[in-house]
Amino acid sequence: MATKAQSAEVNDTQAASDGVRRRDFLNVAAVSFAGVGGVAALAPLLVQMAPSADVLALSTTEIDVSKIQPGQGIKTTWRKQPVFVRNLTPKEIQQANAVPMSDLRDPESLAQRTKPGKANWLITLGVCTHLGCVPLGIGEGENRGPYGGYFCPCHGSAYDTAARIRQGPAPKNLMVPEYKFTGPTTVQIG
Amino acid sequence: MSFSWAKAYEPKSSFMRWLDDRLPLPRLVYGAIGGGYPVPRNLNYFWNFGVLAGIFLTIQIVSGIVLAMHYFATTGGAFNSVNQLIMRDVNAGWLLRYAHMNGASFFFIVTYIHIFRGLYYGSYKAPRELVWMLGLVIYLLMMATAFMGYVLPWGQMSYWGAQVITGFFSAFPLIGEPLRVWLLGGYAPDQAALTRFFSLHYLLPFVIAAVVILHIWALHIPGSSNPTGVDVKSEKDTLPFHPFYTAKDGWFAAAVLLAYALVTYFAPDYLGHPDNYIPANPLATPAHIVPEWYFWPFYAILRSFTVDFILPAKLWGVLAMFGSILLLFFLPWVDKSPVRSGAYRPVFKRFFWLLVVDVIILGYVGGAEINAFNVALGQAAAAYYFLHFLVILPLVSAFETPLPLPNSISESVLHGEAAESAPAGSNKSARNTVVAG
Repeated sequence: MATKAQSAEVNDTQAASDGVRRRDFLNVAAVSFAGVGGVAALAPLLVQMAPSADVLALSTTEIDVSKIQPGQGIKTTWRKQPVFVRNLTPKEIQQANAVPMSDLRDPESLAQRTKPGKANWLITLGVCTHLGCVPLGIGEGENRGPYGGYFCPCHGSAYDTAARIRQGPAPKNLMVPEYKFTGPTTVQIG
Repeated sequence: MSFSWAKAYEPKSSFMRWLDDRLPLPRLVYGAIGGGYPVPRNLNYFWNFGVLAGIFLTIQIVSGIVLAMHYFATTGGAFNSVNQLIMRDVNAGWLLRYAHMNGASFFFIVTYIHIFRGLYYGSYKAPRELVWMLGLVIYLLMMATAFMGYVLPWGQMSYWGAQVITGFFSAFPLIGEPLRVWLLGGYAPDQAALTRFFSLHYLLPFVIAAVVILHIWALHIPGSSNPTGVDVKSEKDTLPFHPFYTAKDGWFAAAVLLAYALVTYFAPDYLGHPDNYIPANPLATPAHIVPEWYFWPFYAILRSFTVDFILPAKLWGVLAMFGSILLLFFLPWVDKSPVRSGAYRPVFKRFFWLLVVDVIILGYVGGAEINAFNVALGQAAAAYYFLHFLVILPLVSAFETPLPLPNSISESVLHGEAAESAPAGSNKSARNTVVAG
């Protein structure tokens, strides 16, 4: 023991001439390790805020679009958010295609926003990309705004017949969720 | 605590002496809000609003704790627990709920007067910069608490308020949308958001109370400011807080509480929005969506940005809205004039009242419907708000010639207004003292 203690003492004095003692190393190592542990303990406190499994479980929705006539639309929900499903009339499709890309704030063609061969089925979230209000225009008789698509009553954003932003404070087109046609008249969103 | 003539606590009974030796709590209270805290003798009624804010914080905490005993934080139960259970079935529940609702509004009313008092009398200037900044922290916490409280009844305005306000965060590039989803615990406001808002709404008032203690602590180092802005020089300039200011605060608190009671009893819903008596509907936004009145000026700033300019309009709106409060943190360094009180600053005084009018216009626009005129008015008023703090205030403090200051507080009180515009000689020495102070 004595020799061990002595050798430790010798090591310490040697280290002291370099300015770092063994005690300093132990202190820094211990506090650093405790710091890592402390940060790791924050992880569950942060991740608990993210959407839980039951919320994520609602991430697909199946809808039947057979009863929607041209010019009509329905409002459904996906992930607790409203979804607009609209059966565009040939005139509305023509209006959307007639707009030059340079006029658009968020340039996308109607073809990019619909599925091939299903250009009349416009499926978007009913969430204004400004601050998340539900735009008007999907229900019969609602204000469709100056571009004939959707109009958000909260801050006055107007969308065209392809649900692209044309006027007002919203930065983006109404979001097209991921979806696929699982049958001729059934759509799975998500 | 602050001045050499502050009286020390002297226990009046053997029990208090026993206690004071072991836990000097009575000594702390005596020095903070008792006879041991010397206060400038010339305070006007605008100095009553800090105490009033403390009173309304207490009312909110007490009524809130009781309401939480009857409230269900579930999306299915929240609306009915407020509007059926508390408003109709719980004994005196209607009174507690209306007291809490209107207590929030009155808390903001007295806080706004308190803030504008500080702006006019230069209370943010050295050596009270930290008092001012801690006050702003309290104000930000109040806004967060009020917002989350408004969501709890889960009516239409609650729901869409939560949607719009958490939507602010989605304006930030890249991290924005994930941040919003993380804050809500879902893709739209739902059970996860409601429960966490309830938890935080219960927590934050106690955080506010803690920051209030720091605010008062920082204040009591230099002592209270006063309407002349001249530093306290001798014992003649001060009065002990108790009984002089406890009495003045007491009767004035009674007067304000009377106004609060009148609104709570006779116009309990006047300051609220009728749409919040419709249960939350995630599929339909109310036609006219506005926050509570105390957020209207900021809402107007948010809505003022309608065109993209380098950054998207939405991001500009959010940055400007947060910036309008954050810039107040820099106020002690923006306004470099050594004269504190607006009463001695003829140019500053005019711009101060213009700012008050500007904020009232912003408030009107924030609560009004969107049309071309209101948007233009809001844009002009929002631009002026930033112009005031970023351009006008630094220029005024650089070029303005202030009026002569009184030699001391007691002189200004005892000799009346005539002595305040004193001869050139005495005024020179007064101004020197202010610069030195």
